[in-house]
Amino acid sequence: MTTAKNVDINVHHVTRIEGHGNIRVSVRGGKVERVEMNVVESPRFFEAFLRGRRYYEAPHITCRICGICAVGHTTSSVKAIEDACGITISEQSKLLRKLIFYGEQIQSHVLHVCFLVVPDFFGVGSVIPLASTHPDAVRLALRLKRLGNDICEVVGGRHIHPIAIAVGGVTHFPKHEELLGLKRKLEASRGDLKVLADLCATLKIPDFRRETEYVGLTDKEEYAFYDGMLASTKQPEPIPPQRYREWIHETVVDHSTAKHVRTPKSPAYMVGALARFNLNHDQLHPEAKKVAGALGLKAPCYNTFMNNVAQVVETVHCAEKAIEVIDELLTRGVKEEPLVPPSRFGLGAHASEVPRGILFHEYELDKKGTIVGSNLIIPTTQNYANMEADMRALVPQILDRSVGEMTLALEMLVRAYDPCISCSVHLIRL
Amino acid sequence: MASAAPVSAKPKIAVFSLTSCEGCSLAILELEDVLLDILGKFEIVNFREAMTERSWDIDIGFVDGAVSTPSDVEEVKMFREKCRVLVAMGACACTGGINTLKNYQNEEDYRKYVYGDKWKVFPTIPAQPCSAFVKVDYELPGCPMNKFEFAELAKCVLMGKPFRLPSEPVCVECKKKGNLCLYEKGLVCLGPVTRAGCGAICPTYGAKCEGCRGLVDKPNLQAAADNLTNLYGMKIEDVLAEFRLFGAYQKERIP
Repeated sequence: MTTAKNVDINVHHVTRIEGHGNIRVSVRGGKVERVEMNVVESPRFFEAFLRGRRYYEAPHITCRICGICAVGHTTSSVKAIEDACGITISEQSKLLRKLIFYGEQIQSHVLHVCFLVVPDFFGVGSVIPLASTHPDAVRLALRLKRLGNDICEVVGGRHIHPIAIAVGGVTHFPKHEELLGLKRKLEASRGDLKVLADLCATLKIPDFRRETEYVGLTDKEEYAFYDGMLASTKQPEPIPPQRYREWIHETVVDHSTAKHVRTPKSPAYMVGALARFNLNHDQLHPEAKKVAGALGLKAPCYNTFMNNVAQVVETVHCAEKAIEVIDELLTRGVKEEPLVPPSRFGLGAHASEVPRGILFHEYELDKKGTIVGSNLIIPTTQNYANMEADMRALVPQILDRSVGEMTLALEMLVRAYDPCISCSVHLIRL
Repeated sequence: MASAAPVSAKPKIAVFSLTSCEGCSLAILELEDVLLDILGKFEIVNFREAMTERSWDIDIGFVDGAVSTPSDVEEVKMFREKCRVLVAMGACACTGGINTLKNYQNEEDYRKYVYGDKWKVFPTIPAQPCSAFVKVDYELPGCPMNKFEFAELAKCVLMGKPFRLPSEPVCVECKKKGNLCLYEKGLVCLGPVTRAGCGAICPTYGAKCEGCRGLVDKPNLQAAADNLTNLYGMKIEDVLAEFRLFGAYQKERIP
């Protein structure tokens, strides 16, 4: 390694991620002087313009924060509003919401792993050249992505900005044959998922290790996505998500535009598939556990790049769990139900595990049900501090490489988080 | 809208985002069944969300997002300059979309509410459609845009055929679906004055039309307002609040 090396890396608008972000690294005399992930997304002011809108509009407005995890925003939003309105939804509504949630996880994870991450491992700039060199693999990825969308369409009308998830329940009731059709597609996709796992096994995941705190939901009954208690690898007991402010602290760290999210235990923590795996791996479906074993993913795993492997493992889990939920719905029979009306208007908060990690929504309603305040804490925002800490740890390890290779490694690290910058709303400079 | 002359053998297309959720860009990738066919007919040369390469020799540029910052203004002008044909995708690009909700609040107040004492660091302007700054050749409305309309437009441009949006209201498509009119359930639905082309997807899945595709050509707003107030006892302020959601509401045109 050249000890006196000077390096400047400046990536304007990192590609193959959602939203606009820049990487800036400067090394002087072999010492890392500056590591920045600059978020240059246009500010959108959702928290401000929610004020004055009616309580039932919140899910349809906040899903417009992000096209990739629109189901996730809708879910955290309805649950928080229901908390503020004293609403308990029916078991059937919960099952349908879980089903669409699994659909979005599948579509988002497949999009990220196959279309945004994989090109790096083939030395190409996008999936487009792979359509000619590896047409079968690309078709398989498209089929799996389509599978996730199909689930979202049957339950919610569409994936991007789902329609039928409403405060108090759901507004659409899939027919028996539609659910049966989905089940058959899911069963038929097991072969494709096996091939996906085999493909994943051929990727040379970079070697990297930095222990951090992992935060997410946990549930006694199942691997938590839709619901659960707030848990951390550094806390002995989970707490209700409504008490999130005890652990999740948004702080301004200097005189610049910086905003970090930290916990009482760590200045940086990670959320997302790897965090969920580290917290809840015992509850994975047996098929998903097999894939984790085959891909060398073992808890606790401190290699951020393995987040992509965890996404593949979760994809298998979600496909199997979706079949279980459909079976339950088919046995019960789906009936039309009215939305459960509010019993009060007040303060409410909730969280769900969207593809990129835990997503908190909190609302304050006046006594007529008009939104007067809100706070939304986005997975990518929570990950920025950890991203920076990872980059600081990675740069000294790769100083002997060319600037081009270092840049690629840093971009791959950022991509491993599957950042969703439009989502992260607040402009941040680390 | 005008028809375009057929562009070069394999048109070079680009996809850009301004202030948006990038859901319309993503909707292109959700055309899974025909995506490979589209890739065979076009050359994608610039699409930050999906690829690393970036070229500025562009036949057709698709842009999602509203213009809501000084840098958005510069970018939309640059896109116009670099693209022979410019297409606005989705409500944000066509009408300003949901971003326009901030336009109804005091600017200093909403900036301080989100960014506290650092509010001046983040420049913003009232959210506006692309057409407020540059000539837009085609608009694909909706939140998100209808991905099949995108595919249809791509086909029309490829073949040099005219592309037209439906001119009837959402109610026409909703009736064809056999849905129960949502006014019968006491909901304020914007279907009567909103441009069709979405297949009345929201009423079909149990939600009211939120007007995301903008107003139909020559809407009879006076009649809509009279019906809502006289027949259904709606307050006009409530109706206007509904219209504001997607920036489809233009002050001077609503009675």
